[in-house]
Amino acid sequence: MSPGFLHFSQLVVTGLVVGSVYALVALGFVLIYKATSVINFAQGEFVLMGAYVCLWVVVDMQIPFVWAFLITMAFSVVLGLLVERLMLRPLIGEPIITIIMVTIGLATVLKSIVTLFWGTQIKVFPQIFPQEPLRFQGIVVSEVYLWTFGFALLFMAVFAAFFKYSRAGIAMRATADDQQVAQSMGISVKKIFAISWCIAAAVSAVGGILIGNINGINITLADFGLKVFPAVILGGLDSIVGAIIGGLAIGILENLMGGYLDIYFGGGVKEVAPFVVLVVILMIKPYGLFGTVEIERV
Amino acid sequence: MPTGLFHSTYQEDEKIFRTVWLKCWMGGLLLFLFIGFPFVAPSLSGVFGFSVQHMANMIGIYIIGAHGLNLLTGFTGQISLGHGAFMGVGAYTSGILFMKAGWPFWLSLPAAGLVTAGVGMIFGVPSLRLRGLYLAIATMAAQFIIGYAMRNWTSLTGGSGGLNVDRPSFFGFTLDTDLHYYYLILILTIVATLFLKNLLRTRTGRAMVAVRDRYLSAEIMGVNLFKYRLLAFGISSFYVGVAGGLFAHYNLVVSDEHFTMWLSIQYLAMVIIGGLGHVLGGIFGTIFMVLLPEVLRIPTEILSNIYPNIFAIFGTLRELVFGLVIILFLIFEPDGLAARWHTIRAYWKLWPFSY
Repeated sequence: MSPGFLHFSQLVVTGLVVGSVYALVALGFVLIYKATSVINFAQGEFVLMGAYVCLWVVVDMQIPFVWAFLITMAFSVVLGLLVERLMLRPLIGEPIITIIMVTIGLATVLKSIVTLFWGTQIKVFPQIFPQEPLRFQGIVVSEVYLWTFGFALLFMAVFAAFFKYSRAGIAMRATADDQQVAQSMGISVKKIFAISWCIAAAVSAVGGILIGNINGINITLADFGLKVFPAVILGGLDSIVGAIIGGLAIGILENLMGGYLDIYFGGGVKEVAPFVVLVVILMIKPYGLFGTVEIERV
Repeated sequence: MPTGLFHSTYQEDEKIFRTVWLKCWMGGLLLFLFIGFPFVAPSLSGVFGFSVQHMANMIGIYIIGAHGLNLLTGFTGQISLGHGAFMGVGAYTSGILFMKAGWPFWLSLPAAGLVTAGVGMIFGVPSLRLRGLYLAIATMAAQFIIGYAMRNWTSLTGGSGGLNVDRPSFFGFTLDTDLHYYYLILILTIVATLFLKNLLRTRTGRAMVAVRDRYLSAEIMGVNLFKYRLLAFGISSFYVGVAGGLFAHYNLVVSDEHFTMWLSIQYLAMVIIGGLGHVLGGIFGTIFMVLLPEVLRIPTEILSNIYPNIFAIFGTLRELVFGLVIILFLIFEPDGLAARWHTIRAYWKLWPFSY
């Protein structure tokens, strides 16, 4: 392979792995939006919480990783439940700005709780997945990347199956479609709302743990949640398939743009490129690739 | 004796100050702000342990910005998560024009407003096609893109090192104490408030409120949605740009760290806690939000006897309280302080015969 193509493929592979985690977190985001019409600005803080709780259980409590993972899941479910019950339910029917602002408030609170307990230093997970680089035709991939990618795909598949076949999943889709009809068919909409928040918190925690294994974690992990916005806008706010494709696409795009444009803009392009993409999409195709187009005529 | 306020003409009903008493109160307040406050401020500083004069100046600057956001969010119904960055645009514009291009202050400040208005309108364009939540995301993207430009466009902004700005001077008179700034900021704040209050009584203002309340009906009634949404973005950004320019000349140093997402959130919190869609809301909310951290310092100092290292986490505690305040206000007092103020006033006006 020529060096140029090698550089390109390396960027794509890295982007794909990061993108798979974006996709996972975006999945949680879309789930909440679809079921409850809430835009969750605290998605990144769910990622943060999950990563820190898991790290705490593994390092300070000396509990094996598998159990720590399950404990983190349980914690996230409880967190999701509390948030839904205490903050979102009293605000059902309020204007969008109220809902957006309350999730921003939640984000602030969660972030400062994490800082209070764990400080702002970078913390590193003990090695769970082997780190040896694998070489494939000259492309170097650390094994942990493959594990991350595999796990992210696995979780996506599990959720896809959950929505398609399980009773609760079908009820959630019904609620997303039409709340009133769902309610009259005997589905408890309140319960569905609660489940949505639980699942969203849980998948975000998975994302946090996966990404934490690659880079280590500190408070800036919360910004990860903001990258989800370009992903879901690209895919369409209310499409689960869109979230997955959007997540992968944004991961690859930001890596490519960072890799090729950093020299012209003095670094950090990776951080801003997704948002430029976001603005462009909003201008030309505001409902994304798979989103439901809302048509209003005057 | 009539127990209430009755108007027999529309003209009377539309007056800003509908009673003589209100006029007197307002006159008294202005008199206090112009003459009384500068005398009281130093002794108040002694009582509270922070510079009251400095706080008043900051409040004034942020009130101008909050009025801008209130016009956009409270009166036109468009959410913006980018006003922190827009304020930065104003600050940098004024700073650069003043320092590098050698413009006088009285020219660079309105220029800051105009440039910010332009930038705000560019990011406001999607507002035609997008409803609330999409717009929130679009303006959030604006926040990150502008923040990036402020950090990385080193030749223009000075990068992360920041941009130093000199004290402004008018026709040979230099503003070199907090008190000098106080009068400048006070006058501009009053002008901004009056302009907002009066704008809302014109066709433009009413059209904006109509767009907020039911945009489809507004369009049917002949209100051009795009025009008024864009206009709201423009005026709103102008306000916040002027606030940014003032901030630059008051703070004397401008860096991207002043204008992060956090500032945008604070602005939103100001107008929500104060009361969306009330001119008073921007004022109350700003006073509340600017004073909150200072007031928090008092219990922190008391607690520091028990927990000596509490000051190390003060910043974090402040954020925690800030987040909680937003959440609690939204759940328990969604109409904000201005609505509460109106209730209290209505109660006392007719006390003890409330019916």
